[in-house]
Amino acid sequence: MILKPRLEDLKIIGFYLGKIILGLALTMAIPILIALGFGEINPALDFFISIEISVLLGLLLVKICQTDKDLNWMQGMIVVSLSWVIAMIFGAIPLYLSGHWKSFLDACFDAMSGFATTGLVLVQDLDHLSYTHNLWRHLIMFLGGQGIVVIALSFFVRGFSGAFKMYVGEARDEKIMPNVINTSRFIWLVSIVYLVLGTLALGVTGILNGMQPLNAFFHGACNFMAAFDTGGFSPQSQNILYYHSLAYEVITVILMVLGALNFKLHYHLWMGNRKELIKNIETRTLFVTIIATFSAVAVGLAQTGIYPTAVMLFRKGFYQLISGHTGTGFQTIYAQQFGTDWNQLALVGVILAMALGGAVCSTTGAIKMLRIGIILKAFKEDLKRIIMPERAIIIERFHHIKEVFLEDKLVRSALMITLAYIILYGLGALVGMFYGYPFLGALFESTSAAANVGLSCGITNVAMPAVLKVTYILQMWAGRLEFMSVFTILGFLFAAVKGK
Amino acid sequence: MKKEFKLILIILFLVFIPRGEKAAFAQSFSSSELIRNAREYDGKIIIYSGEVIGDVMSRGEFAWVNINDGENALGVWMSAVSAKEIKFKGNYKSRGDRLEIMGEFHRACFEHGGDLDIHVQSLRKIENGRMVKERINFDKVSLGFILLGVLFLIWILTLFKHK
Repeated sequence: MILKPRLEDLKIIGFYLGKIILGLALTMAIPILIALGFGEINPALDFFISIEISVLLGLLLVKICQTDKDLNWMQGMIVVSLSWVIAMIFGAIPLYLSGHWKSFLDACFDAMSGFATTGLVLVQDLDHLSYTHNLWRHLIMFLGGQGIVVIALSFFVRGFSGAFKMYVGEARDEKIMPNVINTSRFIWLVSIVYLVLGTLALGVTGILNGMQPLNAFFHGACNFMAAFDTGGFSPQSQNILYYHSLAYEVITVILMVLGALNFKLHYHLWMGNRKELIKNIETRTLFVTIIATFSAVAVGLAQTGIYPTAVMLFRKGFYQLISGHTGTGFQTIYAQQFGTDWNQLALVGVILAMALGGAVCSTTGAIKMLRIGIILKAFKEDLKRIIMPERAIIIERFHHIKEVFLEDKLVRSALMITLAYIILYGLGALVGMFYGYPFLGALFESTSAAANVGLSCGITNVAMPAVLKVTYILQMWAGRLEFMSVFTILGFLFAAVKGK
Repeated sequence: MKKEFKLILIILFLVFIPRGEKAAFAQSFSSSELIRNAREYDGKIIIYSGEVIGDVMSRGEFAWVNINDGENALGVWMSAVSAKEIKFKGNYKSRGDRLEIMGEFHRACFEHGGDLDIHVQSLRKIENGRMVKERINFDKVSLGFILLGVLFLIWILTLFKHK
């Protein structure tokens, strides 16, 4: 028998959602400081209004739903999935008020793209956007990359057992430290240290490239947030092509790869355990899949002859490939060039890379390397079973921080999530094709949205149908949360209607 | 008669002077046209105009300038001397100078790692840029105060409820 949700469930969910809205309002104070620093009055007003709306509704929810009860699994999952939707709506308010987005739906699209670290954009006249709004675009990427709930766990929640339920709901099922609150704080420590180093590196490179120092460091900070959190926004409409700089490209590649690594792996590297990098199944799988997918891209581009030298081919092909594989979405070519200059083989290489993604417990989306590694190990085990004598006992292991035996439940779980992602990529492509886009282009854009990548072949633009915009928003949301909390909310809604 | 014949020949020569293939494309294109038909215009001399946005990035004797025509921004490689003519660069607080440039278009520039760019041969400023004076939006100010009032009211109500 399906039980109808009780009023108590709704109150607990509402209470924690209210807290998350209040937390979001607090983060909006940062752009106001930037607005004051740069003397941007109207943008400051946009954020002032947004904070007021957020505080108002957040407080109302907290007061109406006041409770001291802890979350159970179902409630935790629903809080997580709804908090991303709510973050999208509230995060879109200052964007929409700026007048650079044609509709509130477009602002919501970019807000979800930011929070989910995707990088697809519908912003208009980006080159004249204020520093304040530009910072917010990148800040939401940084916040989303850490995980909205991770922020709440780090700063607003003091040790409650529901924390782990919310943490898992945000597709981070690995604990680095003994508890999730310390884990969340470690994730922040890693990110802040890299933020300082990455901004410095990109800022100095910007100055050497001829940029004004203030602009160089502002762009450095924004691009760091977009690269390390595998987001893909950039302060200018040309994305990374704006800088015309090999050094800038090299640094962003390093940051993208760092962002695609498991935070647990970062912890071991910080502790001096460098061997883990070589032994870990995720880094090994990542290495293999990068080589495999880049081979397809390189052969495809060589066939087109657009890049006549190996250096040019590597610089353009590898950059878009690594940007896709890490789920970042930085581009050094124009979106339309994927359709006009790249052939189908090269496009398939990038689509596969996007679909695979980076490491678990990182800021990337998509299927992820641990699952791919586990599935490959399972194939190997089955092949051995066929080849070896019947009596032979076959035990397969893999190294992921520690030695792990390959169990059926691990393989089943990896296959289930992989299947869910493939269905999600396919569904988005079907909607794209319904609106008349060619198969490969529709699959490219759908995979990019669902895997939270942000590379675009030109379909994502302000003129695309509203249904397609909503489809991509849903894909970004479901892809970021890795389905579990999305399934829970669907179950909750079903129970609300059919339950007794 | 010979003189007239020579004159006709000279006139014909001038009219049908053998022009390079590059010069044949020296007409104005939008950024979208150039990106979409990059293969066709690759290596040709084209005219492109738009607003200077962002930074003028000096690289020794040359500079990178990004020019936005309202559809896309394209990277333009010009001499540092030419770049010095640019006074305003487009951003939130200013409209950049509008330039009309004539130059060689590259679908994948050999010199610049495969970038789609234009190497300038000549440029002309067609409109001076300007600083944009930010006018305070009083509708936003009003909305801000109304919301502040509502928040204050809720706070007062909360205090009464506690008492």
